[in-house]
Order: sequence, then C-alpha cells, then structure tokens
Amino acid sequence: MKPFAYARPGSVAEAVRDVTAEPNAVFLAGGTNLVDHLKLGVARPELVVDVRTLTSREVSDLPDGGIRVGASVTNSELAADRRVRERYPVLAQALLSGATGQLRNVATTGGNPLQRTRCVYFQDVTTACNKREPGSGCSAVGGYTRYHAVLGVPAALPDATAPETCTATHPSDMAVALAALDAQVQVLGPAGARTVPFVDLHRLPGDDPSRDTVLEHGELITAIDLPPLPAGVRSAYRKVRDRASYAFALVSVAAVVAVEDGQVADVRIALGGVAHKPWRATRAEQALSGRPATVDSYRAAVAAELAGAQPQPGIDGGNGFKIPLLTRALVATLRDLTPEA
Amino acid sequence: MSNSSTSGVGSVGAQPVPARPSTMDAEISLRVDGEVRRLTVDTRTTLLDLLRERLGNTSPKKGCDHGQCGACTVLLDGERALTCLALAVAYDGAEITTADGLAPEGELHPVQQAFLDRDAFQCGYCTPGQICSAVGVLDEVGRGWPSHVTEDLTADVSVDTALTHDEVAERMSGNLCRCAAYVNIVPAVQQAGGVQA
Repeated sequence: MKPFAYARPGSVAEAVRDVTAEPNAVFLAGGTNLVDHLKLGVARPELVVDVRTLTSREVSDLPDGGIRVGASVTNSELAADRRVRERYPVLAQALLSGATGQLRNVATTGGNPLQRTRCVYFQDVTTACNKREPGSGCSAVGGYTRYHAVLGVPAALPDATAPETCTATHPSDMAVALAALDAQVQVLGPAGARTVPFVDLHRLPGDDPSRDTVLEHGELITAIDLPPLPAGVRSAYRKVRDRASYAFALVSVAAVVAVEDGQVADVRIALGGVAHKPWRATRAEQALSGRPATVDSYRAAVAAELAGAQPQPGIDGGNGFKIPLLTRALVATLRDLTPEA
Repeated sequence: MSNSSTSGVGSVGAQPVPARPSTMDAEISLRVDGEVRRLTVDTRTTLLDLLRERLGNTSPKKGCDHGQCGACTVLLDGERALTCLALAVAYDGAEITTADGLAPEGELHPVQQAFLDRDAFQCGYCTPGQICSAVGVLDEVGRGWPSHVTEDLTADVSVDTALTHDEVAERMSGNLCRCAAYVNIVPAVQQAGGVQA
C-alpha cells in the first residue's frame, strides 16, 4: 500500500477545503470499498480525509413529507428505519439485498452510491482499464463480461483499444432504488452547496470512463433526500444473483408503481447490473403510463426498454442472458406489485 | 506488519523504502477487550493487522483480507464489523471486542457455549469471526432489524420471527466456512438466541 496522510478535520467545510487543496486527496467514509482499493493499488491517494464522524448520522423528516438521510447513516440503520420500511420498501429491500451485515453496519448513505465497479479488470492493476488508467484500453472487450453492461453501450462491438471504451456496471443496489425514488443528493463543494437529482449523479462513460459521477473534485455528499410518494403507490426491489446471499446483482429491478381503475397511473423503474449507472428505464415507463396494468403491458414495456440493448460477447459466454433474465425479473416485479392486474 | 506485502502495482519487492514524513504515523487509543491500548500506527494499518501484529490478539483471523470471508469480524463500538477493511487510524477512541474478550477469563459467552454444544465448527479458523458475527446478529434481532428474507418489513422483528433457519443463514451470510459447518452453525446461533432448533 502506498503511504498516505490521514486527516480528520473539525468540520465538513474543512474537509471539503482539505480535499479541494490536494489534487490527489480522497474522502473516506465507511471505507469498505476504498480500503480494499488502497490494498489493491486501485486507489493511490496522497491524502485521505475522514468524514465518517463529520456528516450527519440522522434520518429526519422533511416539511414536504419526505425524509432526509444524513450521509453517515449506515446502510443497516437506514434499512431498519421504520419510515423507510413502511414508506419506501424498495429502498429497505435494496439495502438488505446488498453486501452482508458486517459491511452494512459500516457502509454509509453517502459512500454507497460512490462505490466503484466490481469489474474484475478495474480491480486488477495488471490489466488495461480505461476507468482505472485512462487511455490504457479495456480488457473486458472479449473478456469476462458476465457482470458487464448491456444498456448504454455502443451499438457496435466496443474497441478494446479506444480510450472511451468501458462496459463496466455500477454495483450498488441502494443506488438503483434511489434512482427509482427520484431522490435528491445534497452536495457541499468548494463553490458551495448544490442539489443533484440522483438520476443525474452517475454518468455513462462518454469520453471519460474514469469519472463515475458528475461530482467535481472536493464535492462531498452530505445527505440524500427522499421525496414523499403519492398515496397508493407500491414499491419493491428484486435482485437476481449467482447465489442466494452476498453477491452482486446480475440484474436487478427497482419499481415504484400505482394503479388506478386497472390502469398504470404512476410508474418509475430503475435497473441495476445492466449499465454504467443505475439505469432509469424511461422508455418502459413511457410505454406503461396510462396502459392497462397487465402482464402483456409489462412485457411490451420491457421490450421497449431493451430494444437498444447490446449484449457483450465474452470468453465466459457473454452476457446475452441478461435480456431474458431482465425481462422476467421486471415483469415479475410489476406483477407482484399489482396483484389486481 | 503486512503493509509491504500489499504495495501497489509497479513496485518491486526489494526496492528501498523511502523515509516517510511523520504525517504517515498517527497516535491512537483503543479499548480492546476491556483494556485501553495506546499506540502509534502507520496510517495504512488496518484494525486487523493492529490487533494481530501489534497487540498479539490472534482471535480475528486474516482469511481473504478483502472483506469477502468474515473471518476478521469483531464487535466495533458494539456492532459486528470487518477489521480487514477498517483503517486503525479512523477508529481512534473505538471500543473493540474480539472473540477472545466476549467472556471473562475462564468463562464462555452463550454463543461460544452454543458452538461447542452444537459442534458448530471443524477446523475452527473461521469460528472467532462466526461467533462475533452471531453475537452481532442476536443484538440486531433484539433491536428489531429486518433482513433480506424477512417476509413483512413493516412487522415487528422478534426472536420468534428472525431466528428461523433461513433468517439465520441470511444474517450470517458474511461468514464463510470452508469446512461447511453451516449445518451446525445455524442451530448454534438459534440455541444462543433462545430458540429451540
């Protein structure tokens, strides 16, 4: 592990100032991903600024009926919170499906969405990876693609040597639920505070796969707000993985839906394990809105969303299996949420 | 210290180690199994390496050292956590209980007794982590925390509903056992929780 200096400033503002002043500085919260990256050589900071005890560890009620979750609230605490279990079950289920008890006790609200891809090449510093080492290429092209993206990737087979190539997926379950819930991210940075819609927090690789989010250097998540949901809305998270517990998603679905008079009145869907970011399924939402709440409608909506999907070939057989798997997972999730359909 | 074995790519084993500025060292104080320990640590030191290499407490085990096996589990400020993914410097002032300190000298914690009664281990390497994790599970159930397999998230969580076989298996899924003693670990956790298994 490369040597680094450690700082625990007296306030969030000081922490932002410290990280801003050192180009090779990082924030530390629960550390469940960062400490591993320090060991692997994936992260090689000069300065680690600890904010775990600086940001809020409270879940508070907002005037609009929503809740504000402080960045240091742990994944365990948030999943156990009565308001989350009763009003945002999709989030409680997503949190409880992620990692293990030991990790959830430490992982935080601010840190979880900023965890990095589990792409095996990103985590292996002996391989080319545009996300870890910009311009070095992408080893996943034609490699192991079981956990890689099928949405938000180019129509043609990616070029392994191109600097923009990256087919990695975002690994968080929590983030998929937050995308479906239209959460808002409270950010403090060198230029002051701002609010970022959660769906805009993460980015596609674009021309710089090394950047996972739109946050600038020195910007810190201080809280995540959940807006109130309309009465009659139901929500759920469904995760499909290689073993029953403690595994990342092959595909996952977060759905928030309301049915009135047999019609889909309100629907929000986000998908995990299929893209570089938590994937808000806007095409499926459009296809469903106002339609009869039936399995046929759900199938048509999934087809609309996946029309642009690009399965990646790979030495492990590729990830084309994600198309039928996602189709079944999404249809089943919506069907379970609308038993009257 | 194992830091030399975890240096990043590009480093060659026998390279001279440059002198480090003093900001790479930090003085911290921890209460470990009831005893206050004050020491100076390299900022790269994990709690696991501190416990094992500096304090000689070898009950937390280094299995994978990447947060995947649970063998290094302790109670950190009362909650089960992985010491391999925790920087010691970040836990200045923390209270740590290892499997070694769960019960007074010469006595067994109820979870330890249950592991003996139920023959819940073979080689024993993962056992201190399993036991600390089980103590954490029982505390979490007592606090009413649900799990991934909890049927109704809005219902109250109690020993009666949260220590079924499936619940214990899910709640303990962060602790791997290469001997696959799971078939006896689950009843041991249930016994310690006061549930007939």
